[in-house]
Amino acid sequence: MAQPVPQKTLIKNGRLIDPRNNIDQIADLYIDDFQVTRIGKKLTDSADHIIDASGKIVAPGLIDIHVHFREPGDEEEETIASGSAAAVAGGYTSVVCMPNTNPPIDEATAVEYIHRMGRQARKTFIHVMGAITKDRAGQELAEMGLMTQAGAVGFTDDGCGVQDTAMMLRAMKYASMFNRVVSQHCEDRSLAKDGVMNAGYNATVLGLPGIDPLAEEMMLWRDVQLVKKTGTRYHAQHISTAGSVKIIREAKAEGLPVTCEVTPHHLLLTEEAIADYDTNYKVNPPLRTQKDIDAIKQAIHDGLIDALASDHAPHLQSEKELEFLTAPCGMVGIECALPLYRKALIDAGVCDWSQMLAMLTWRPAQIIDVEKGSLAVGDRADVVIIDPDAAWTIDAAKFYSKSRNCPYQGWTVKGKVLYTLVAGEIRFQDKG
Amino acid sequence: MSKSKKIQWTRKHLIGISDLSREEIEFILDTAQGFEKFSTRSIKKVPTLRGKVVVNMFFEDSTRTRNSFTLAASRLSADVIEFTKKSSSVSKGETLIDTAQNLEAMGIDIVVIRHNAGGAPKLLSRSINACVVNAGDGFHEHPTQALLDVYTIRQERGSLDGLKIGIVGDIAHSRVARSDIYAMTKLGAEVTLIGPPTLMPASVKDLPVNVSYSLDDVIEDLDVINMLRIQFERMGGNPFPSVREYSHYFGLTADRIKRAKSDIIVMHPGPINRGLEIESEVADGPNSVILKQVANGLAVRMAVLFLVNQAAVSEGRRN
Repeated sequence: MAQPVPQKTLIKNGRLIDPRNNIDQIADLYIDDFQVTRIGKKLTDSADHIIDASGKIVAPGLIDIHVHFREPGDEEEETIASGSAAAVAGGYTSVVCMPNTNPPIDEATAVEYIHRMGRQARKTFIHVMGAITKDRAGQELAEMGLMTQAGAVGFTDDGCGVQDTAMMLRAMKYASMFNRVVSQHCEDRSLAKDGVMNAGYNATVLGLPGIDPLAEEMMLWRDVQLVKKTGTRYHAQHISTAGSVKIIREAKAEGLPVTCEVTPHHLLLTEEAIADYDTNYKVNPPLRTQKDIDAIKQAIHDGLIDALASDHAPHLQSEKELEFLTAPCGMVGIECALPLYRKALIDAGVCDWSQMLAMLTWRPAQIIDVEKGSLAVGDRADVVIIDPDAAWTIDAAKFYSKSRNCPYQGWTVKGKVLYTLVAGEIRFQDKG
Repeated sequence: MSKSKKIQWTRKHLIGISDLSREEIEFILDTAQGFEKFSTRSIKKVPTLRGKVVVNMFFEDSTRTRNSFTLAASRLSADVIEFTKKSSSVSKGETLIDTAQNLEAMGIDIVVIRHNAGGAPKLLSRSINACVVNAGDGFHEHPTQALLDVYTIRQERGSLDGLKIGIVGDIAHSRVARSDIYAMTKLGAEVTLIGPPTLMPASVKDLPVNVSYSLDDVIEDLDVINMLRIQFERMGGNPFPSVREYSHYFGLTADRIKRAKSDIIVMHPGPINRGLEIESEVADGPNSVILKQVANGLAVRMAVLFLVNQAAVSEGRRN
């Protein structure tokens, strides 16, 4: 591959929001040699690209610590190339791929493969979490050390939680040797069993087996006890219930190294959406209730939620057209996540742009322990330029993603990504 | 018997009782009443659905419901195709929609579907043009069973208004219970669900019913008791410790029924587990309407096939 030539880019008059450095002001940003070289007023240096960002937000590129790009194994649903294109269209300059591919990412060469495909796609920066256990089977430790050397930023058996408590304890002890985060999809299978939606009113009348909130909360509570024992950094993926919020609140109050993320769908959709067996609303953890959404929003307001993550989960239309019991879980959303967060959080008065962007930039970067999510001089120039008020209508047919399983189809939202720069290079530009 | 208000029947699918108004339910029952007498005639056929094709798509074992639909369709002079397949749990391969669209390409008019997945009939109704009649889907609904249940009660008592009806057993995994709850409450009855908490659905408190964990506490008040079949294949785990203990608390024994009203109506959707949820002496006793339910099922299903076809035909005329 040819060496990229450094491009000089001047972004003028934008509202620079860099929560890491407590900056929220109108400023120009000058990018050269892949990094931010100057920040100031009325910069006039010559540049290859001059972008007028008047009235726009200029922020560190977004970081999504939970995506499924389906490669290897399900390339008909998504590839790292298509997922990467979708990511930059959504303003994301870094993503973390989950290891529940086929075969799973449970050893170092698989980690290297994902990185290589990411470099070839040349859109967003691709990080990987490796599996905690071999084949994600929950039985034997995977080679966390060698995967760490290959660049894995954490470990998870995402898609299912590690069920056996002794196994999880061992995994957390072992992972502490490499100072990587251990990340959990909290779900006690003995409680969740064959459930396909929240165990509430609609599950009752639709005759669908339910997943009680306890299934999530029991495992989260258990894991917090293991954190107390081991001190290992622990991250709870996509928390969805008021009970989980309470557990996180208590763990943080105790000063434990526990972080968590929430998704757009657990902020905007409830179990009531599944009144008619629409499988685009089938997701795991399932959509819960307004009471749960309110608790999560309160937690965001209180600063308890560390990251906003899309859990972008592409599936074939033919699979989503199956019976609700059989159809796979998950929804795509990386290309419309930012305006959805705006709708859920800013429009609802839960937090402001700076607080919201913190959960999309430096705070997730901290979870995976990478030097990103900041736009100080000398930082790598991962930048997103957002028109915060531009209204547009979500149309999955226009997604860069290969899949269309999007429950927000037809929603009119506010907030549009205009440019995404990765290491100073314009990797996405809105065509209007 | 009350004659229902004149309504225009416009539904070409029957997916669930939850969709229906009281007037629509009564309209089906009145229509069924018109078909009831055919069973006693020497020539039992009418030409109503002559030239029409009814497909029985059964993805789950069933004897009586399928036979009842087959016979109902035959009496209306329809051609009947039997399609039986164990539904697969794999997500790749020929889908339900593929299967149905293939059948539809051969020119079918009505699909009667039984499926282990709740929502399968709804899915089907969205993807084909033929009429869809739900013959039971997962734990969701079994509308024709509920219709024949309320038909039978109405036959015995004239009306359901103000009747106290108990439904006993595995409510959580019962599509019959769900459809019954809607049909009975819409027709003015008061429904009490009776069974152990482990067999109650997650959100039972939000349903328009009473709940009791003790059959003995409520049996004296009941006008009708509907004993659900204990379906071991559906329950999973062990929601009660033993058959013996279940029967002890929730079985309709000869002893227990002595404490009920003398004219209590005893119902069961069948097939019966004799000695488990109901003792033979009660099932075959004077209060039992179990065989009348079966006979009425035929009339109700004839009415349903007749009505959905009529709606499809008039929709075709409109288009």
